[in-house]
Amino acid sequence: MARLEVPAGDLDRYRDELGRILDHVARLQAVDTAQVPPTGNPLEVPGVARADNPQPGLGQEQAVAGAPAEHGGMFLVPRVVEN
Amino acid sequence: MTEKLAEWPAHRMHRALVSREVSARELAAAVLRRLDEVERAVGAYVHLREPELVLADADAVDVRLGRGEPLAALGGVPVALKDNMCTRGLPTTCASRILEGFRPAYDATVVERLVGQGALVLGKTNMDEFAMGSSTEHSALGRTRNPWDLGRVPGGSSGGSAAAVAAGEAVVALGSDTGGSIRQPAAFCGVVGLKPTYGRVSRYGLVAFASSLDQIGPLSRDVRDAALTLQAIAGPDPHDATSRPEEPPDFEEALVPDCRGLRLGVPREFYAQGVSAEVRSAVAAAVDLLVEQGADVEECSLPTVAQALDVYYVIAPAEASSNLARFDGVRYGWRAPEPRDYGELFAATRGRGFGAEVQRRIMLGTYALSAGYYDQYYGKAQQVRTLLCREFEQAFERYAALVTPTAPTTAFGIGEKTSDPLTMYMSDVCTVPINLAGLPAISVPCGYTNGLPVGLQVVGRPFGEETVLRVAFALESAADLGRRRPPLLGAQADPV
Repeated sequence: MARLEVPAGDLDRYRDELGRILDHVARLQAVDTAQVPPTGNPLEVPGVARADNPQPGLGQEQAVAGAPAEHGGMFLVPRVVEN
Repeated sequence: MTEKLAEWPAHRMHRALVSREVSARELAAAVLRRLDEVERAVGAYVHLREPELVLADADAVDVRLGRGEPLAALGGVPVALKDNMCTRGLPTTCASRILEGFRPAYDATVVERLVGQGALVLGKTNMDEFAMGSSTEHSALGRTRNPWDLGRVPGGSSGGSAAAVAAGEAVVALGSDTGGSIRQPAAFCGVVGLKPTYGRVSRYGLVAFASSLDQIGPLSRDVRDAALTLQAIAGPDPHDATSRPEEPPDFEEALVPDCRGLRLGVPREFYAQGVSAEVRSAVAAAVDLLVEQGADVEECSLPTVAQALDVYYVIAPAEASSNLARFDGVRYGWRAPEPRDYGELFAATRGRGFGAEVQRRIMLGTYALSAGYYDQYYGKAQQVRTLLCREFEQAFERYAALVTPTAPTTAFGIGEKTSDPLTMYMSDVCTVPINLAGLPAISVPCGYTNGLPVGLQVVGRPFGEETVLRVAFALESAADLGRRRPPLLGAQADPV
């Protein structure tokens, strides 16, 4: 899920550290939250949309300029589908 | 006099530029000279612009002054930017290996606004990787040291910005604050740090960490500079749907050097959690000064603050795990060499490109959001967040602002907390509740203990930056701490 290749030698350390963090945050279970709605945005501000007018964006050349590999103005990745 | 120019606040520079007492080139040269002298010891920056480019920008300001054109508050002022703000053509790495070599195609709105005022960008400052940390030790690009004691951390995650301002290597710097990342380093380095209300400043072009918490704000030598810098960067931005549509007020007008008619709350929970005796005593003395300045001070209680750190360490990693999914080795930055397939490209790039703290938070976040655990962790944390927000709302029915320590201790030693993530997280205990509630808060120096600065945090109502600035300004005026300077810089500075 996290899409992280973690060296096998680091797994025990991560397991131990994450276990302790999860134990700590488990204290939240003791808080009575019956009938309490969740807060996702602290100020309940509705998203403000700008007027839907076309504006110039990055061109193709600029959009791929930061890519580690590019070919003909496209992002280059390893083969996804086998022949 | 020239050597001390580098330590002037921006508002003094502005006066001297307008009266033609000094030129923008002289100011820029003084700060560049200081940078040359101390940067090797402090390590505040990860990328510096060529000095010739900075001086050329300064010359352009001098030309405009010569033509009698008006000068904006930060025109000709040398500034530093945290390395998670996009700068066109200038490296932006978030102090991470995964963004090695990345040069954005556009400027963040805050950068555009500073440059639009004529501010001189010196470079990009060091930080904890992707702003995850409290000491700047989680940087893949090197170590930043605290100018007050080179054996100690500058705080984090905006540690480079705080250290640069403290050492005179920048006059003003921008930082970002997700759980205290402007205020805690400001406290550790003896400078002013302001986190504006959620929605006050555009985040367009800020590399996102936790989108319901992140805000950009200034680190500065004094409260007036914080007000002027906030003025420069605040206000609506059509590129950020969370930026509020209202135009900001005049923040400098709020700088009244007293607290008459203000009732301030001192919430006891902020003093309960590992706050050192030295910090308690410096903060108590500052509160006494505020009373002398006319404030009516009362102790109060916000019980859910005791759970805020737990709420934060569920919500922030959850949002981070989602935001950081965009770093896939395809569109920007570094890619692991020779991946066999697309899956390996993704996992190997992230596994080797991200440092340990970032990986920990991605794992924590994806776990907290996973189907079987969502309600138990993320859902629960969002509900407790509601309780916390309600308590702040209730407190602000009675109080104009709340005063607390910014951090439980003064700057700690390099390496002291890196072996245990939980111990490191505890240093955010006084600042994370404020981000969860989206409130504005400032850290202002309030004293020194064992030669290290202590910060006082002033917390305001949503969009109540004016009150926050006023209380901080009253304290700054009464405490008269402005002449202290880090030992690194030698003898006492000239009075400003």
